[in-house]
Amino acid sequence: MANRAPIATRNSALIAMIADEDTVVGFLLAGVGNVDIRRKTNYLIVDSKTTIKQIEDAFKEFTAREDVAIVLISQYVANMIRFLVDSYNKPIPAILEIPSKDHPYDPAHDSVLSRVKYLFSSESVASERR
Amino acid sequence: MSGQTQRLNVVPTVTVLGMVKARLVGATRGHALLKKKSDALTVQFRQILKKIVTTKESMGDIMKTSSFALTEAKYVAGDNIKHVVLENVREASLKVRSRQENVAGVKLPKFEYTSDGDASKNDLTGLARGGQQVQQCRIANIKAIEVLVELASLQTSFLTLDDAIKTTNRRVNALENVVKPRLENTISYIKGELDELEREDFFRLKKIQGFKKREIEKQMQNAKLFAEDQVAEKLSLQKGISMNAAHNLLSATTERDEDIIF
Repeated sequence: MANRAPIATRNSALIAMIADEDTVVGFLLAGVGNVDIRRKTNYLIVDSKTTIKQIEDAFKEFTAREDVAIVLISQYVANMIRFLVDSYNKPIPAILEIPSKDHPYDPAHDSVLSRVKYLFSSESVASERR
Repeated sequence: MSGQTQRLNVVPTVTVLGMVKARLVGATRGHALLKKKSDALTVQFRQILKKIVTTKESMGDIMKTSSFALTEAKYVAGDNIKHVVLENVREASLKVRSRQENVAGVKLPKFEYTSDGDASKNDLTGLARGGQQVQQCRIANIKAIEVLVELASLQTSFLTLDDAIKTTNRRVNALENVVKPRLENTISYIKGELDELEREDFFRLKKIQGFKKREIEKQMQNAKLFAEDQVAEKLSLQKGISMNAAHNLLSATTERDEDIIF
């Protein structure tokens, strides 16, 4: 109970993204992107030149920012920093692993979904196989 | 932790017994209430679980549609559209608003997305060619965001509920397995001690009664003897001989006389 973050009810928050270029461009087109006065973006485009260090830093920054409510992260990016994603357990901001175009989505890798399965193995597996 | 034998360290008195009994009643009621809370949370939890699984499935489809829409837009408007989009980022028009939902005393965050309504920023994107595709891609992505936001709120609820259920269950188990047995042990201990005290008291009373009875009997006997003596003395007085004197005469010979040297 102690680690429950106070939930801001009034103000609106941003959606941060760590994903490949196509996904980010798509969501930017939808109007998710935000650039503040210091030219800081709320998204990170991951390409072949992006280092894991950069991804880690971006992940840490987004999860620490107060105006971010949801962090969307491509699953193959999440796999690169799996230890960070798995050790993150705060409810807000919510980490959401999304499928990317080039990499098929594997539900087994999703940290939350795997926890779902771990907790209610029989039920969730049964409902998944419908 | 010595398991079943542990109890509170209290003085075994009637007052404390009353107090401990009141605490036991409170613990029982609290246990029942927490159990109910835990059940309510579990019901909610299961619902959310089902929703998460179905939404995750639909997320795959939606993401596929949106990326396909982007590919379409790219095909029609040229690959450099992404640079236009990246340059045009100013301030988010699509934001998330969070509010709270209360389930059995647990505050669950719920996200809902809000759009400022100004779709003007990217209006001119792809004006030369492929504008419609770009707009369709935009709409598809907004739909994807909608699903993702819902999923995020479900996921957050899931984590929060998971935490809350764990805490509640821990409390229920603590009450059931530690607090209540301890109180019950204390009650039985105090009752035992009180019983023992009572038995001791009873035994003491019985002893005293027996002692008194014996005393009375002794006194009665003495009185009887005394009365017999009296009677004898009266008789001897009547006959002119003091029984005591006779006795004294006899005893005088046995007593040592200071004056008699030999």
